[in-house]
Amino acid sequence: MTTAAKVAGVLLLVVTATSLAAGLLSPVSYETQFRESPNAPPCRQFPLGTDELGRDRLARLLYGSRVSLLLAPAAAGLSVALSALIGITAGYAGGWVERATMAAADLFVSLPWLFLLLTVRALLPLNVTPWASILITFLLLGVLSWAPGARVIRAGASALKRSEFALLARASGCPKPRLLWKHILPNLRPLMAAQFWIAIPVFILSEANLGMLGLGIAEPLPSWGGLLAELQDPGRVGGNPVLLAPAVLLTVFLSCLQFVFSKEDQ
Amino acid sequence: MSFQATSIRATRRAVLVAALCLGACFGQGGELRFSIRSDPKTFDPLLAEDDASETVRYLTGGTLIRIDRRTQKFIPELAESWQITAGGTKIAFKLRQGVLFSDGTPFSADDVAHTFRRVMDPNLHSPVGDSFRGGPGEIKTEVQGPARITVTFPAALAGVERLFDQLTIVSSRSPKKELATLGPFVLGEHKPGSYVLFRRNPNYWKKDAAGRRLPYLDSVRADIQQNLDLELLRFKRGEVQLIDTLDPELFDRLSADSPGEAKNAGASLESEMLWFNQVAAAPLPAYKKAWFRSKDFRRAVSSAINRGDLCRLAYKGHADPAAGPISGANRLWVNAKLTPHVFEPQAALARLQRGGFRLEAGTLRDPQGNVVEFSLATNSGNKSRARIAALIQQDLAKIGIRLNVVPLDFPSLIERMTRTYDYEACLLGLVNVDLDPNSQMNVWLSSAGNHQWNPKQKTPETPWEAEIDRLMLAQSSALDPKKRKAAFDRVQEIVWEEAPFLYLVNKHALAAVSRSVLNASPVALWPRLYWNPEYLQVANQMARTR
Repeated sequence: MTTAAKVAGVLLLVVTATSLAAGLLSPVSYETQFRESPNAPPCRQFPLGTDELGRDRLARLLYGSRVSLLLAPAAAGLSVALSALIGITAGYAGGWVERATMAAADLFVSLPWLFLLLTVRALLPLNVTPWASILITFLLLGVLSWAPGARVIRAGASALKRSEFALLARASGCPKPRLLWKHILPNLRPLMAAQFWIAIPVFILSEANLGMLGLGIAEPLPSWGGLLAELQDPGRVGGNPVLLAPAVLLTVFLSCLQFVFSKEDQ
Repeated sequence: MSFQATSIRATRRAVLVAALCLGACFGQGGELRFSIRSDPKTFDPLLAEDDASETVRYLTGGTLIRIDRRTQKFIPELAESWQITAGGTKIAFKLRQGVLFSDGTPFSADDVAHTFRRVMDPNLHSPVGDSFRGGPGEIKTEVQGPARITVTFPAALAGVERLFDQLTIVSSRSPKKELATLGPFVLGEHKPGSYVLFRRNPNYWKKDAAGRRLPYLDSVRADIQQNLDLELLRFKRGEVQLIDTLDPELFDRLSADSPGEAKNAGASLESEMLWFNQVAAAPLPAYKKAWFRSKDFRRAVSSAINRGDLCRLAYKGHADPAAGPISGANRLWVNAKLTPHVFEPQAALARLQRGGFRLEAGTLRDPQGNVVEFSLATNSGNKSRARIAALIQQDLAKIGIRLNVVPLDFPSLIERMTRTYDYEACLLGLVNVDLDPNSQMNVWLSSAGNHQWNPKQKTPETPWEAEIDRLMLAQSSALDPKKRKAAFDRVQEIVWEEAPFLYLVNKHALAAVSRSVLNASPVALWPRLYWNPEYLQVANQMARTR
């Protein structure tokens, strides 16, 4: 690992640790409204100032980071598990199962995911707590994003099935479940890991996009998407550069993530 | 003495020079530019329904009667005078003579009769015609000479004069049909997706006090622009001179940069409100329906909301706490005795406790022990509304109520509100474009589809809704304005008392007017800025170059 990759790794750890220690680092809750101090500039009491409703920006940034950083990997894990299940089944079974599954995957990929997400979100019960809404959002992101990964894993599984070692194992009388579990799956692990690391930034950005549209995580819970929505009014940024803090943090985090794991892949 | 005389002469000269300069700067001619949000869907004034088409109609159309946007009173336009007789079923007009359409065709009573025939044609599906249909039967016109016409309605229409503000007179003889106009401007050019250009009507009948033929402007250009930030940017560059509606952030930004150009016309006709779903068949638990149908619950929630903070924080002070369905901007129909529900969280809690609710460890429970928690649906993407929801969430948390805010895309929200009734509470805005209460029949009648808290009732489900039905029907058939006002005042009192809608704030009418425009004064009624287009002036090109 290069020095730069190490620095990026340390930065990732710092961001993650800081967000996990939000309760210790921020003396006030992310939802407390100091209504007499709306839009306060950075000061001792509020190091990053307050938002329009008088809420501490630092607390919201820390808790928002925690939400995005914990749930994006969870959604990525779910997505990869689904992709693996569907992709390996299709690749290993072959024939009409493979064709039907890949046709379904093509259809899923061609669907406008944002509208699909909106439709599914609109059908869900309304009366859920903010934490439940955030879980639903990431669960939907995870469940609806299986198709691209499934295509890649299907291709890998299909190639492995036709490989010489698989043929030899079959010729030696290795049962199918054992062949799958002991030989195919371990060889697909790097592919699945790559899918996992690719999915994390995608989900963080997807949640951010939903937040920009006002359809992400419900009030008063903060998330990077919700915080980034404040940047929709560019005229405000000039007078208050602190508004850029979530954008900077998101950029740093995603850059570090790409840097560390692309180097690792190499 | 000599110094004083010299000084007076110098002052006189300065005043004269200033007047000449002003005359030169704001003389006849020039082009006024502003933005509209979309292309007009039609140029036929009798079919106008969307904002852009109504802008075209307002700038080009001539009407018999206008509502003066400043005084909110009726003023004669193409009709010199009118008289309502036969119990409100007949209206006789004396028309202005010597008036020409933009193409030179003379205007007469035949054109008014032709307009009525056309607007009432069921095949045309004119929204303007719909508003004249008070009941079964035909509307008849009787031409009694070139300048006199009587219109007979099958039934009395209360406040019928206001309907003529939207009825553009079209020519019965011009080959240009509806493109021959009687208003201050004519349609010049339309480049879809880009702009609509209006040119001066050379035959416009109105003259100013000095006898000069109006309008002053040579042309008006309505640029099609959806992005509000870009609109403000273009305003600052001088590419547009009016902005009809500004949100509080943009208004404050403009106020800081250019204080004289940001205009606050006070309370507008727009209000924000919250209501609970009281539909009997709604897929909600019975105990929640019981809360929402309880007046004490609704009033307690209303009293727990700090409307002052909503105005200050969600609208940056550019809103007033709302008392009822009619904003103070509607001077004719507002019930001035009503004041907003007072913010009293302790009184709200006491009211709930009298009804058997109890506060346990910071959580409110109903008499059966259910936690008091409900969802508030609203449309996504509206920043002010999102702030209102967050503020209400904290206000209600103080009396132990858990509120879950649910932003939905608009079609999903409408689906839940109007078809499935699968929602608990809703936060939305309302714009009363028409001042007259008759335009709100579709909201207040219990049988109406827009009676949002419990629409399409076969018979009124509560005595107070029955009373509102009775009062609304009474005011719609009464001809005496005082009786109508008394009936509608009572409707507003019932709504205040029963709180089916919790009115939250009345937004201010925020606009921008460039210094280069003369005679533009924003009002609360639509169109806020160009309600007097014939009198608007802009600094001419020479003055701008200087």
